Amino acid sequence: MMNYADQAVFVEGLRKRYPGAEALRGINLQLERGQIWGLLGPNGSGKSTFLKCLVGLAQPDGGLIKIYNQEPGRQARKLIAFMPELDHLYRWMTVQGTLDFTAGFYQDWQAGRAEELLDFMRLKGEQKVGALSRGMRARLKLILALARKAPLILLDEPFSGIDPSSRERIVEGIIRQFKSEEQTMIISTHAVGSTEQLFDGVIFLDQGEVYLQGNAEDLRTEHGQSINDIFKEVFV
Amino acid sequence: MKIDFSTSFPIYLQIINGFKRKAAVGELVPGQKIPSQRELAAELKVNVNTVQRAYREMENLGLVRTLRGQGTYMTEDESLVGQLRTEMLKNVVNDFLAAMAALGYGDEDILELVRTGMRQKNGGEVR
Repeated sequence: MMNYADQAVFVEGLRKRYPGAEALRGINLQLERGQIWGLLGPNGSGKSTFLKCLVGLAQPDGGLIKIYNQEPGRQARKLIAFMPELDHLYRWMTVQGTLDFTAGFYQDWQAGRAEELLDFMRLKGEQKVGALSRGMRARLKLILALARKAPLILLDEPFSGIDPSSRERIVEGIIRQFKSEEQTMIISTHAVGSTEQLFDGVIFLDQGEVYLQGNAEDLRTEHGQSINDIFKEVFV
Repeated sequence: MKIDFSTSFPIYLQIINGFKRKAAVGELVPGQKIPSQRELAAELKVNVNTVQRAYREMENLGLVRTLRGQGTYMTEDESLVGQLRTEMLKNVVNDFLAAMAALGYGDEDILELVRTGMRQKNGGEVR
């Protein structure tokens, strides 16, 4: 049995309603530390809402959330590096300007790490954000999340709508930078595809409910299928 | 080191099998250093926890040894190469026999089919 203190995220009976839609219908989850979790489900399954509730950007209508034993809020926010799906970058800034601007908000910003990542993601400081391709902007967004020394990293749809080579860079960047001794990561995606090797554990969200949660390798053994195949079977 | 893998079979087991295969055919020699867990994870684009699990399992099997601060090495035990070859051979034969049985062939049929197959391959004779 897992120790309570080993959990990065503990969620019980989480509910969230939007006008005309029930986004989360009683989510129960316990996510062990030191792992990369895949939050999988089609569009509209509640992935983004769930992540926003963890960060404190959405107010739940019921249920309990603990991030490293703390409720969402100012304190818990410091523990979380959140990469939203929306492109929030200022187009008139340069890449370096974006890094410097973001660095100003966080005490755990690691300038050296940001520089390494910039190099790895094949971006240049003097480039204008407005002139970057979609894939390049996705890579820049990822740098902003990974350059922080936060124990919980949440990436909302980091692979959506980008070219395969950017996707591959992002996967490798995550693998190289992830520190399992001190970090936990949740990555949401609606297209499992070639990214499933990233995940230690997976959570299938279906219409605001947890359909399945488990260790990726165990699921492959039990089903004799890839996570992607199981995903396709569940969400046809 | 490159390991081609599918994801319908546990990845850590495929990594272990990759090392076994390389040791069996002599691509990895006893005592040879293998990549660090982090290096291999980046190369295979696989979660580092998965590689860690594979390495831990290989240590339990006596296939590799990790020296603190120095890295991970193939075992010095030369007899292991022979064991791995035997193991691989058995697997190949067993898989073949199981596949033939599933097609409804008996032992005698199988032997005859193998002979026929060899004759065709070698241009008319069994060497």
